[in-house]
Amino acid sequence: MSGYRLSAAAAPAAQIDRSRPIGFRFNGAAYRGYAGDTLASALVAAGVSIVGRSFKYHRPRGVMGTGFSEPNALVQLGTGARTTPNLPASLVPLSEGLEARSVNCWPSAAFDLGAVNDRLSPLLVAGFYYKTFIWPSWGAFEPFIRRAAGLGRSPALADPDRYEARNAQCDVLVVGAGPAGLMAALAAARAGARVMLAEADQRSGGGLGLGGARVGAGTARDWIAEVEAELDAAANVTVLGSTAVTGYYDHNLLTAVQEVDEPGLRQRFWKIRAGEVVLATGALERPLLFAGNDRPGVMLAGAVRTYVERYAAAPGRRMVLAANNDAAYEAAFAAARAGIEVAAIVDERPAPGEAAARAADALGLRRVHGRIMRAIGARGVRAVEIVSAAGTEAIACDLVAASGGWTPAVQLFSQSGGLTRFDEALGGLVPDRSVQRERSCGAAAGVFALPACLAGGAAAGAAAAQAAGFEPPAIAVPEAEDHALAPAAPLPPVPAKGKVFVDVQTDVTVADLQVATRENYRSVEHVKRYTVWGMGVDQGKLSGANGVAVLAAVQGVSGAEMGMTKFRPPFMPAAFGVLAAARPNGALFHPWKRLPAHLWHERRGAVFEDFGWLRPAYYPLAGETMAQATAREVRAVREAVGLLDASSLGKIEVRGPDAGAFLDHIYAGPVDSLPVGGVRYGLMLNELGAVFDDGVVARLAADHFLLTTSSAHAAAVLAWLEDWRQGEWPMAVVIQDATSQWATFTLSGPRARKTLAAAGTSLDLSPAAFPRMTIRTGEVAGLPARVQRASFTGATTYEISVAARSAERLADALWAAGAPFGLQATGVEALEVLRTERGAIDVGIDTDSTTLPGDLGLPFGGKACDYLGKRSLTHPAASAPGRKQLVGLQTLDPLQTPPVGAHVIGGVPHPSQGVVTSSQFSPTLGRSIALALLTDGRSRLGETVQVWSEGRVWPARVTGLRFLDHADA
Amino acid sequence: MLLIACPWCGPRDETEFVNGGEAHIDRPTPAESVSDADWAAYLFFHDNPRGWLAERWVHAFGCRQWFNVERDTVTHEIRRVWRLGEPRA
Repeated sequence: MSGYRLSAAAAPAAQIDRSRPIGFRFNGAAYRGYAGDTLASALVAAGVSIVGRSFKYHRPRGVMGTGFSEPNALVQLGTGARTTPNLPASLVPLSEGLEARSVNCWPSAAFDLGAVNDRLSPLLVAGFYYKTFIWPSWGAFEPFIRRAAGLGRSPALADPDRYEARNAQCDVLVVGAGPAGLMAALAAARAGARVMLAEADQRSGGGLGLGGARVGAGTARDWIAEVEAELDAAANVTVLGSTAVTGYYDHNLLTAVQEVDEPGLRQRFWKIRAGEVVLATGALERPLLFAGNDRPGVMLAGAVRTYVERYAAAPGRRMVLAANNDAAYEAAFAAARAGIEVAAIVDERPAPGEAAARAADALGLRRVHGRIMRAIGARGVRAVEIVSAAGTEAIACDLVAASGGWTPAVQLFSQSGGLTRFDEALGGLVPDRSVQRERSCGAAAGVFALPACLAGGAAAGAAAAQAAGFEPPAIAVPEAEDHALAPAAPLPPVPAKGKVFVDVQTDVTVADLQVATRENYRSVEHVKRYTVWGMGVDQGKLSGANGVAVLAAVQGVSGAEMGMTKFRPPFMPAAFGVLAAARPNGALFHPWKRLPAHLWHERRGAVFEDFGWLRPAYYPLAGETMAQATAREVRAVREAVGLLDASSLGKIEVRGPDAGAFLDHIYAGPVDSLPVGGVRYGLMLNELGAVFDDGVVARLAADHFLLTTSSAHAAAVLAWLEDWRQGEWPMAVVIQDATSQWATFTLSGPRARKTLAAAGTSLDLSPAAFPRMTIRTGEVAGLPARVQRASFTGATTYEISVAARSAERLADALWAAGAPFGLQATGVEALEVLRTERGAIDVGIDTDSTTLPGDLGLPFGGKACDYLGKRSLTHPAASAPGRKQLVGLQTLDPLQTPPVGAHVIGGVPHPSQGVVTSSQFSPTLGRSIALALLTDGRSRLGETVQVWSEGRVWPARVTGLRFLDHADA
Repeated sequence: MLLIACPWCGPRDETEFVNGGEAHIDRPTPAESVSDADWAAYLFFHDNPRGWLAERWVHAFGCRQWFNVERDTVTHEIRRVWRLGEPRA
């Protein structure tokens, strides 16, 4: 408990509001912080040194970094439905009443029973799962391992928060509002381009916002404020704060997640299509590799500086800085200025930069040329062991600020498809060649000196604006102090007693990488998956470069040869809720297609089911089961009359002088020969000759056809027709889907004609004037209607279509008219029985992608003109023996109904000879009936076969398709 | 996500379109005189290059028009869009 809050005098530039204290709870205890704090900075200031336990060994861990770079302080935020797992505390702004818990500890972070794993670590080397848990089976161990090695818990309840999605377009998107990004945005804005600037932090300025660097005439803070003011005032600029760009996709589409401070709205998901992109994403600091480099009290140097200067949070009282670069010295200077004792600066380089050395000397800080070997202390650092020309020395301290240099954040660049290059001096990847319309600048491009960052940002912004078609602006780059951020490559670790962590988040050590290499895992991608290096919440932001350096040293190759694992979106963890924000959820996720008379069916007690449309399956009376209701409805159609809502059948209108000729190309049968008022069954084939759809075609006028498609297939048929009209037969034809404009009810049964007559119609219903397979236009129940006589059930059927808005009026009229005749509402379940009884196929149910018309016993050929699939039907394979053909099946025991999907067995070489496609119990026949696709089926009528499903076998006789004679007169 | 410039509607997100495979595949006719081999080539043997490919797209959730696109199958760069019936190059 060595951290504390610095006084206002000790941290004059801190960006916290001491007048606004904020209460919060962490692991059950109450703490206070200030507005401006993150959860991490508040915990540091509150002296909470152990914030969690590590992934595998359950070692105590403290806050190590800031922003995206916090591997240890992963918290479960909130409770109940609002709980969020695995959030880095450094990304959580402090808010009143905030409640957070460490994710991987039990019973508590301070005292954790899982820490026994640390002692067992020799058993838990890389790949230990695969080696250790083989007997008796992996499955026996998996639940325990998952529980022990997990991180946070997923919320068990639905997310009550609201997320929102926005699409945006801009000429120039700048990612990152550090010095380079600000200059880029300024340059592009002054050119007149529509600019968006996204910054993950709440504040812009990046690293520049901390210290007292001078830019232009004033301080860096003054300059940042000036630029912010200009950008805010510009009408062509949108600044998105607290917005992390998470993905870079094709054609300059970028996604971003914005934290929103609005009641009820948690986050906003942005999809930004940018003309040009400027990546000013900065760089990520690397930890140093030494034994115990994960102990509470070991932090990144940049993080120490940030906590001290920005948050007035002192992480310790006596500090050692260990570094290989000048930039890290700023941490020691910041600490010293804030009154934290700096025991030593241990620099791995023989000669640090002059300015850095001079500044250290001016503050009277002890400088050692040496290396840190080990941090001592389990629950917090007590001392470090260093080695130098003078030998080994232990220095007492409770804080180690460590810096192994900086790695350009090329994640988004890499996602864009850009090619990276390994920079040996930097020890990391830098952008090399762009593929999309983007450019990197500043630290993201491997440029670290402040004047160069400002100039590079201005140039990148101007170039982006110019590429987007704007005059490049004249923009003065302000003078700035050179921050001399001399970068350095990571050094391989020196052997020492104790664990040297490469990835503190996933507990991967140098020894693990050595084991993986010894076991011949060489590629970085293989090593990553074998050891879980880089697979934690931070996706290797801290560990990537160090891992490559270690592997390169172990394998004796260069970093460039070693390569880097692939960067994939999202750049940082994103809640499922925000990713799903772009589309509606709940009932609107996949909205039902409802029939126009949906409410009418509801009032009749319909049970609805999803048939592509929400349709009545059956209408149970009180106490009826589905089977009983279905049987009653079937009997009504066979003996009296049934009313069915067929509005979901696709209705496509084809009009134009060439309509008939065009449809002759589309259907396997003749269409243009149909007389006006005539209706014909039609089969559509694809170019393989396989059945694509079936339905009836009606000719309303010489140049006007109405196509009925199978239910829920209208969109596909429409697209199909358009494809062939535009691509192959550009004829004078207009095609339109009219499905939703019409409501269609069918009256089916021996009393259908009487019912329709009773409802009142202008049409002559006598069979001579209105025979089957014709269509008439007139009035029904006072409504303009199209009436078509085509029967799916085999019974006398009238399909009556009226305007969709009149659906309920038609239904009411038919219902009232039919009452004396025993009219029953019939659902899809009854329809399935009815159509199976007469052997009518359902395309897609009784056919598969290989079914040809001949396999269904349907006639084809004889049409002179070319049509789709025609050539394939003449291929020898189309008429070769061994094809699956549709037949009827009747079980020898008439009361047994085998399930759909049951196989006809006894085949050679494969045991299956075919499959049952439809199977029903027919109340009309008092027996089960089925359709099956059976090898050579139509030459096997009368044969007895064995039908098998899940161990049961039913002997059945092969029959024709028609179980019941037509009664449609 | 690709940005596809429909020749009728202008640039729109990929989600509005459906890909229809390789473009400029001629349907052999008349059916009676097409050999099995030619018919099989038409049905099944299409190019699948690593690089530039002329392909058909339809603006399914828009104007419903088919058109041609030349796209790099590696980088997804689109360098040309043209209407049906217009020459390939």
